[in-house]
Order: sequence, then structure tokens, then C-alpha cells
Amino acid sequence: MHLVIIGNGITGVTAALTVRRLQPGARITLVSAESAHHFSRPALMYVYLGDMRYQDIKPYEDWFWAENRLELVHATATGLDAAVQTVQLDSGAVLSYDKLLLATGSRGRRGTWPGSELTGVQTFVTLPDLELMTRDTRQGVREAVVVGGGLIGVELAEMLAAKGIRVTILIRDTRYWGSVLPPEEAALVQRQLDAHHIVCRYGAELQEIVADETGRVRAVRTTTGQELPCQWLGLAIGVEPNLDLARAGGLETDKGILVDAHLQTSAPNVYAAGDCAQLREFARGEVAVEQLWYTGRQQGETVGHTLCNAAAPRPYRRGQWFNSAKFFDLEYQTYGRVPAEPVPHEHSFCWQHPTREALLRINFRADTLAVTGLNVLGLRQRHDTWAAWLRAGTPVTEVLANLGAANFDPEFFRQYEKVIVASFNQRFPQHAVQLRRRKGLFRV
Amino acid sequence: MTSAQTLTADAPLPEVVGTEKLLLTLVALGLLLLLPAAFDADAYRAHACFYAALALISAGTLGWAAWKYGRRPPGVHHHNLWLRASTSRGAVAWITGIVLTGFYVILYWFSNPDDQGNFGPLNQLVHALDPVSQWLRNRPSDQWFLYGTFYTLAILLMGGRALWKYRHSPYHLIRTGSLIFFQLGFAFLLPGLLLAFQRPEFYFSYFWPLKQEYLFPGTVSYLLKDGGPGLGVFMVFWTAVISFVGVPVLTYFFGKRWYCSWVCGCGGLAETAGDPYRQLADKSRTAWKWEVRIIYTVLVLIVLLTALLWVGASGAVPALEGITQPLSQAYGFAIGSVFSGVIGVGFYPLMGARVWCRFGCPMATYLGLLQKHFSRFRITTNGAQCISCGNCSNVCEMGIDVKQYAQRGEPIIRASCVGCGMCSTACPRGVLNLENGPRDNRYQASPLISADSLRILS
Repeated sequence: MHLVIIGNGITGVTAALTVRRLQPGARITLVSAESAHHFSRPALMYVYLGDMRYQDIKPYEDWFWAENRLELVHATATGLDAAVQTVQLDSGAVLSYDKLLLATGSRGRRGTWPGSELTGVQTFVTLPDLELMTRDTRQGVREAVVVGGGLIGVELAEMLAAKGIRVTILIRDTRYWGSVLPPEEAALVQRQLDAHHIVCRYGAELQEIVADETGRVRAVRTTTGQELPCQWLGLAIGVEPNLDLARAGGLETDKGILVDAHLQTSAPNVYAAGDCAQLREFARGEVAVEQLWYTGRQQGETVGHTLCNAAAPRPYRRGQWFNSAKFFDLEYQTYGRVPAEPVPHEHSFCWQHPTREALLRINFRADTLAVTGLNVLGLRQRHDTWAAWLRAGTPVTEVLANLGAANFDPEFFRQYEKVIVASFNQRFPQHAVQLRRRKGLFRV
Repeated sequence: MTSAQTLTADAPLPEVVGTEKLLLTLVALGLLLLLPAAFDADAYRAHACFYAALALISAGTLGWAAWKYGRRPPGVHHHNLWLRASTSRGAVAWITGIVLTGFYVILYWFSNPDDQGNFGPLNQLVHALDPVSQWLRNRPSDQWFLYGTFYTLAILLMGGRALWKYRHSPYHLIRTGSLIFFQLGFAFLLPGLLLAFQRPEFYFSYFWPLKQEYLFPGTVSYLLKDGGPGLGVFMVFWTAVISFVGVPVLTYFFGKRWYCSWVCGCGGLAETAGDPYRQLADKSRTAWKWEVRIIYTVLVLIVLLTALLWVGASGAVPALEGITQPLSQAYGFAIGSVFSGVIGVGFYPLMGARVWCRFGCPMATYLGLLQKHFSRFRITTNGAQCISCGNCSNVCEMGIDVKQYAQRGEPIIRASCVGCGMCSTACPRGVLNLENGPRDNRYQASPLISADSLRILS
């Protein structure tokens, strides 16, 4: 079998590694326009910050690919002929495949604002984006504006602020990451933004980008009528799937490349996974286009199994939700589902330290008390333990009694289990809990 | 086309503002003042320069650390490490490396006192410390006292910097405090006091096979004779008990870290003065191959040598008589001086701070074998949360490519890991945690991620 994978991000590479493991004899070719080798996309910011070099954010050393017989092609795939099963490259070469996986990822959304093509205006998703930002913020940037109150927005703010650039973030919502974070969590993140002198303009949207005489961004005008001077503008309003190749091949697309439960596209022997794929059917509470590192890895692994065993294809199952992030110095982990707004028939217990930056929220069903989700900020919780609790629908009383088992903070860190349980007992006296397990996986 | 060089070479750097420049100038002035302190013909002026230099270096370093880390909210950040010449093998790093290496060469081979008690190029610096030495040890200073003073001062000052930098983490505060305590108390004050009381100069925080001669027959008989019936026996007993009982027991419960990153003086210097250089440790598989080749060889050498010396001392094999002494001297020169000193510390700014601990130290090898096979210690990976960003590997001073394990959901159990905890601190997703637990299933990976079984190290 010759498997051709377009895209060497986490999805394409996970699929390649899965296939290599299951089918040692398969020929596997990875094509990427973006970089010669796989790198960690969430780590791009650390290269800009100078924490690491580009070679340090490659998950595997360069010898890894040849030793595992993974052929790398650094070129742009420009054409796809699903009828004769070939892919055309911009180098002029044509690759024949038995199976094709499109893992083309996504790019930053640019919006339709006047002036969005000016120098110093960009998104931040890809390696070329990093190069552009490195070049354009090298000198002469005193003020920058970032549009978008999500994860990439706060990343950009941290990157720019570390270089001594004054940053203003325009956030359409009334609080930070309002579509995901409940108000208490958003307020705690806000404390981080304030402590790092990031100015946030809530309820403000971008209206127009103003150029100077050289064609570089000079200022932005907001919908609230303000003009903010800036020499660099970051657009962090989300990402959109890369569909050029799929469209060129005549595949069915919508927002993304449409795939069935086995991640197969409308063409035979052509699959799509990761950021670029759009599930035709998906469970309630889930989304059709998943654009996360973790979901990309899961989809890559699932499609890898299907590619190796077409007779018994493996359907993609999202599984339990989890995610994590870091807002400046504040770590965030979430397991299960914690919606930004209250859910009927669910209680939401939120504990917060009065002064320190530590917060824990547990959502649970009002009837069975089964836990449905966890948010923590400034605390580390054990993924395996929470996955088991959520899968089993463990009652919140049982979870709190054993909360120490899920504590993943380093040794000597302050332990909050006692005050958390006390706070729960105060709020839900009818379900009062006795703390049984203090910190430690192995100690009761 | 992306070039890694462009990304780093063209990256913007924040401006170094006046306050920081001033504080760094104090340090530089202090270092420059050591020149007249060493070479000014006027002894009084030279001594004044010496103490002024120490004061400037101390004030500058602590002030700079407080300014740099105290201004921002607590939290780990390693920004600009790969952009500044001093911490990315640039010109400043090479100059620092050459100066450090030069100092060690002079110290080891050109500063032995002659008949008049002249310590070569270091003579004036050595004598500048006479008052301190008299006060502590009741005898004049020598080149080793000068070295010990500089060494301890480096751990104190850069330890102060580490305390500021990592103040959000109780683990690092307590660990750094422990390193400072053992260096100051057990490797500086106590050996000095022992001398003041006419006892053998003895370091209770160093053990065979790192301090190889402590179990050599010559040292044992000297300690028993000069230490007196009580103290001398205790010193020999202490060395033997820690080396053969304390090390296995403590390593079983806590891993190698109880020594390498909590007690040891070499580790103490690496964790404090060497902290700005931790990212320079080579993470490649090639480096790992050299590490394994060299470090086990050194351990075998010192075990054989120690055994040989005892056989020789017993007189059972008369043929050994002429051989044991030169062999022991050769080991002391090649491993004790060149490897642990000149290369171990001199190459800090080029190869990272744990070159000796990683490639040479037989104590680390011994502890590492125990850690890998007879210990409850491991670094746990938190489920499937790893994003392969590489921050953990970047800060690993032992050159372990930590992310190879984390991205497969596997616990990290490596002989070389000194348990400094920096990978756990640097992880932006809270994925890594140092834990001591049952040895059953210690290698069990998280069920939440399918580990690819492809080769990483082989």
C-alpha cells in the first residue's frame, strides 16, 4: 500500500505513525508545503519568545523519519485526481496513491475589514506567520493591537508584551473567552492580563485598519469609535480549514472537507482528518469541525486504523472532552464539559481562593450527583483519575471525598482539598462530604 | 523557505533599560576589579580591590535578580535564552567559558605554593582571604580556600537569583535552600572548623565514588590516625555507611534527586550558577550514546581502582606496589581535575551545567542505576495532555529528551534524571509531576493515549 498524507501536522504524523506500527510494510509519504519536518504548532510562540529555537519544537529528531521509513516531501500539493488516484505537486512531480489522507489543517481567518492586507497585519497559526511576525515586529513597534479574545489572542499578547510592546486586545464579548469560560474563570484570567499590563477593550470590534504612507498599519478604528495607534495588528478571530486541494479534486466540502464517521470523504480511498475535516454527523454537544491539537491527534489515530483495515473501519469517537491552556502564568485544565453558562438540571460548584490564583469548578447532575465536568485554574489535576470519574458518572460526594487522589500539583505545593470540601459542605449541606483522601496517588 | 537561523537571528529583543544596565555594570566592574586585586603590586590596594570586587559582584548580582524577576508577577519564564549571546553560545558565552577554563587550569596546575608560600598567579587573591581563613580555620589561606570561597559565593549569589526566579514554586524554594545549606554548612564552614580544631578537613556531604579517595586505603588510615579515635572512626564509618547503605535506601524512596539536586555541591553549582545554561545540554540521540559509553566506563574504572588499591595495601600482591600510586594519580588528574573541574565547570556556558554530572560522575552513575532499577521514583505524564512543545526537554540540564516520553503518555524513568523538577515547572500544560510510588507498574503509560512503539533511543 502506498499511503500519501498531505500535511505533516499532528494529525498527519499521528496517522503515519499509526499506520507504520500496524503495517510495517506500507509505503508512507508525507507532503508538506509549510515545513520540511513536523513541528509542534502550539509551541510556535516559544520560538518567538526565545525560550526555544525552531529545531527545539520538533517532536522528533530528523533521523526519525528515515529510520521509520516515512518519506518526506517538502512541496505544495496543487492538484488531486481522485479518479486515477494521483496528487500533483508544485514541483511538477505526480504522486500515485492507494490511499490518500488530507490533513491540510487550517489557517487564520483574516476577516473582510478594509486594510487587512496592509503590512504589519497578520494572523498567527503557521510557521510562515511566525516568520512574518518576527520580521514585522523586529523594530519600530511600540504599540500593537490584537483582535480576538480567545487562546491565540492571549498568546499574541504574551509574545508582544515580552518584547516590551504595549498591547491592546479588542474583545467582542463582555468577558475574556466568554463562549467557553464561566464568569469566575474569566475574571481570574483578567487578573493575569491586568498584572501583565494588557489593555482589554470589551464589547469593541474592529471597524477599519488605517495605513501610513508606506502601506503599513498605523492605527485601527473600533466600532466604539476609538482610534488606537498601532504599528502591528494581530487577527486572532479563529481559524478556517484549508480546502484548496479538496476543492481542486472535486471533493464535497462545506466549512471543511465533509467526512463520514470513518473520516472518509466523498471520493473513494480519500480520507480527511484533523482541523480540515467536517463531520457530517456528530453527537449533541459536539462540533462538526474540531480544531484542537488533541482532537487532531485522535482523528489521526482513528483514520490510521481505518487506512490499515478497510474491511473493519474504525468510526471516530470524540471521547471525553479535555483541553488545557496557559494564560501568561496561569494554567488551565478542563475535563468533561463545563459550559460557560449554567445548564438546567446541573449544579455548578465553584471554589476560589480569596487572594491566590486558584480556582476549581465541578459541574454535576442535580439528580444523580454524577460529575459532568471540571475546570481548574492555577491547580493541576490528574487526567486519568478524572477520566475514570467522568466515565463512571461518579457522584460528586465521592469525588470530593477522594479529591486528593486527583491532585497533580508538585510536591510541597499548598493543598486546598480541605477548604474545597468545607466550601462544598457550606453550599450543599444536604450532601455534606468528609474528606478521605489527602494528596497523593499512593497515600490515603 | 523557513530557515531556523532566520527565526532566531532576526527575532526582536526587548530593550535593556537603564536600571538593568547599571546593575550588570556593577557585576562587570566587580569582575574587572579582580585583576588589580590579583596583580597590583601594592598589597593594601590589592586587598581593597578584592573586597570591593566581592561587594560589587554580590550587590550587582542580587540587585539584578531582584530587579529582573521581582518586577514581574511570580511564574516561570525562560524568554530570550536562545536570543542572547550569553546564554546561546554567542561571543559572551565563549569568553566566559575561556575565562572559567583558564581559572581552573591555573588553580589546578599553576598555583601550588613554592617554598616561600607563593601561590603563583593566584597569590594575591589567596592572601587577600587570610583574615577570613584565620577567623574560620585558624590558619592562613591557600588556593583551595580561595576556590571554596568563590564556589560557595557563586552558590549563594546565584542561589539568591534562583530563589527569586522560581519563587512561585515551593519545590524549587525548598530544594534551592537545601543546596545552599549543604554547600555553606557542610562544604565550607564545617571543613574549616574541623581544621581550626586540628582535625582532618572532611566534607560530610561528599561520598565515594564521587569523592573517590574517601574509601582509598591511604585516606582511611589517615582519617583513623589524624581524626582521633572518635571522630576519625566516625568519618570512615559515615562514608562507608552512606555509600553502601544510605545511597540505596534513600534512592529507593526518593530517587537520585535526594543527592544530585538537593545535597551535592556539584549539583548545587549547576542548579544555581548553571541555571542560565540548562538549555544548552545536548538532547540528541548521539549525545545520549556518548553519555552511556563514557559514564559507565568511569564507574567501572573507579570501582576497579579502589579494589586494586585495597589489594595493593593488603600486601597480598607485591607486584602491585609500584602501580597503584601512579594509577590513582592518573585517575585524580584525568577524572578528578580535568573532567569534573576544567570541563565540568569551564564548559558551563557552552555545553550546559551538568556536563560532569551527565557524562562523568561515577556517583551519578551509581545513583542512576539504583534509580532505574530499584526506586519508587518516576516523573508521571498527565494523561493525554502533552502538546509536544518541547519546553520540558529544553530545560533538562541532563539532556533528556523528556517530551519523547510525555508525548507518548509514558512515565519518565531515566538513570540520568537528577529530579531537579524543572520539566514539571516549565510545562505549560501541567503534564509532568515528580512522584514516589509503588514500583509495580511503574512503567505503565496512560491509557488515554496510544503510545506509538517506534524507536526513540536504541
